[in-house]
Amino acid sequence: MRRIDPVVQLLAPVAVIAATALVGTIVSSSTETYVVNALVNVSIVVALYLFIGNSGVLSFGHISFVAVGAWTAGVLSMPVDEKPAIMPNLAGFLTDHTVGNIPSLALAAAVGGIYAFFVGLPLMRLSGLAAGIATFGVLEITHNVLRYWEKIGPGLNTFSAVPETTGLLQAALGAVLAVAVAFAYRRSRFGRLLSATREDVAAARAVGVSVYRQRLIAFVLSGALAGFAGGLYVHLLPLNTESVYLNLTFLTLAMLVIGGATSLWGAVVGAIAVSAVDSFLAEAENGIRVFGWSLDLPAGTRIVVVGALMALVLILRPAGLTGGRELSLRGAGARRLLTKFAR
Amino acid sequence: MSSLAILSVDWQTLADAVGLGSIYALMAVGIGLVFGVLRLVNFAYGQLVMAGAYALAFASERGWPVGVGIALCFGVVLVLSLLMDRLVFRPLRAHSPAVMLVATFAVAFLLQSIALLWFGPLGKISASLASLNQPVTISGIDIRKIAIVATGLTVLCLVLLVVLLGRTNVGLHMRAAAMDFSTAQLLGVRAGRVIGAAVLISGVLAAIVAVMLTVQTPLVTPDFALRDTILVLAGVVLGGMNSLVPATLGGFAIGFASGLLGGALPTDKSQYLPSFLFAAVILVLLIRPGGLFTREGQRAVERV
Repeated sequence: MRRIDPVVQLLAPVAVIAATALVGTIVSSSTETYVVNALVNVSIVVALYLFIGNSGVLSFGHISFVAVGAWTAGVLSMPVDEKPAIMPNLAGFLTDHTVGNIPSLALAAAVGGIYAFFVGLPLMRLSGLAAGIATFGVLEITHNVLRYWEKIGPGLNTFSAVPETTGLLQAALGAVLAVAVAFAYRRSRFGRLLSATREDVAAARAVGVSVYRQRLIAFVLSGALAGFAGGLYVHLLPLNTESVYLNLTFLTLAMLVIGGATSLWGAVVGAIAVSAVDSFLAEAENGIRVFGWSLDLPAGTRIVVVGALMALVLILRPAGLTGGRELSLRGAGARRLLTKFAR
Repeated sequence: MSSLAILSVDWQTLADAVGLGSIYALMAVGIGLVFGVLRLVNFAYGQLVMAGAYALAFASERGWPVGVGIALCFGVVLVLSLLMDRLVFRPLRAHSPAVMLVATFAVAFLLQSIALLWFGPLGKISASLASLNQPVTISGIDIRKIAIVATGLTVLCLVLLVVLLGRTNVGLHMRAAAMDFSTAQLLGVRAGRVIGAAVLISGVLAAIVAVMLTVQTPLVTPDFALRDTILVLAGVVLGGMNSLVPATLGGFAIGFASGLLGGALPTDKSQYLPSFLFAAVILVLLIRPGGLFTREGQRAVERV
């Protein structure tokens, strides 16, 4: 049993992603957009998990890496002849060059990672509330700069005319890639050292773990994944600065917390489950018929329901729906107790 | 009009900055009081203020007298803070500060969306105290009345609070609980009463802030006071969470800086104001993670 557990831990999230993608192939094209969106959310939440879940340090700032990734991929992949209309003040070099879909995603990941490195270099010294507030500050600064600095992007405009290459296949492959990276990290020496610091900082330090260095490595890796997810996102929908700000921060944190922050399985399950609820409510806000009942909810219901769900999960089951554990074929006997983050 | 040469700040901007700093200082006290007893950072504090502002707008739309509006505001905010304590804070009491911060983050979004559902996105006007926006002229300098009222009211509240915390029984209990909750409990401090008092006072302060903020910004929208709360939280952490005075000073500092820079910077620079402020906050946190206004060796009581 012990030997197949890791296989299960990798295959179960991948299977959930594949199943979600399969659902996407049989539904109507308007519903398919929701499924693709859910899969992009999986990538973002897995990126969040890689840092928050493994380190136990809260970050409100990850959506800034998503934003930076989206800006990179969006600016670089928009056709040259469309750029002047949407981004009139763009710096010359960016105006003349356009790259394809895959290079733009790779660059988004690279820029996300580099940005996370420079942000993390000072910030990884902090923990607890100070880390929460400082990462929030990063989100505010990033949002503020992207909103007004028109040399590097559309500013207040929306990223229209970016090729919409993120379909079901790309979103699913992207999510699987994110899961694979997070899985490999978790099982690597670095992942084990970082979760040791999460369980007991003092003990980890005592055996010679550099808490700062381990957190920084995870932060950069998770920043790169978040940037990559941002690239996927901008190829899915025409974004603007508001789409990668507080609401997305709230929604993705809710997904991570509801699923269970300390396991990859929890991150994937949370992302898919909350996306499903959220998409259903989004449809219901436009008015739908469910089993013969006509359902027409007012705008804003989505966040009320997701917010209430998140508060309920935190109160009743603080380790999340999955209990913060990886899926295991073994029974309750092997279940590890709640981790420090949940306590 | 005389001016401060360095930043080319006129006295009016300075007075407004002091006024904004005072309002933020009150919010900081409200957040700091609850943190002291519960070790809980209430991200949803701004939504208490938002609820109070809606109450004021509601009364103002119906042409009710100012007094009734303010009474309604206090009623709504107090009921909501007690509900928040009962439904959210109490079940979360045993968790880590990080979990509680995430939970109140959720509550903030929840309340904001409820306001959106209830009142719509467009916002309501609260106009009953608009006369406070008129300037008064003091030795040739125009100063908005609200800046004076806000500063005076804040000083009054802080003095009352000092008296309450320093001279009354419940204040003594609250300080004891803030220092070490379980020991205080062992010595006969009743947990429920202390927490109730902290939540109530924090609610009263939120209501006062609601009244003053609606004078500053009469248009009440679902995200009313959200930006202010984020700034105040940064200010509180900046000042130092572990006791009230540094937290209050931190709140004042960030409000003052925000008001001063907002008034002094030219428009093409002032759009980057949030970046400057948060960059400064991050810088301070890096240099003094325990807080700007705390003494050496006096660090916040929290781990990881």
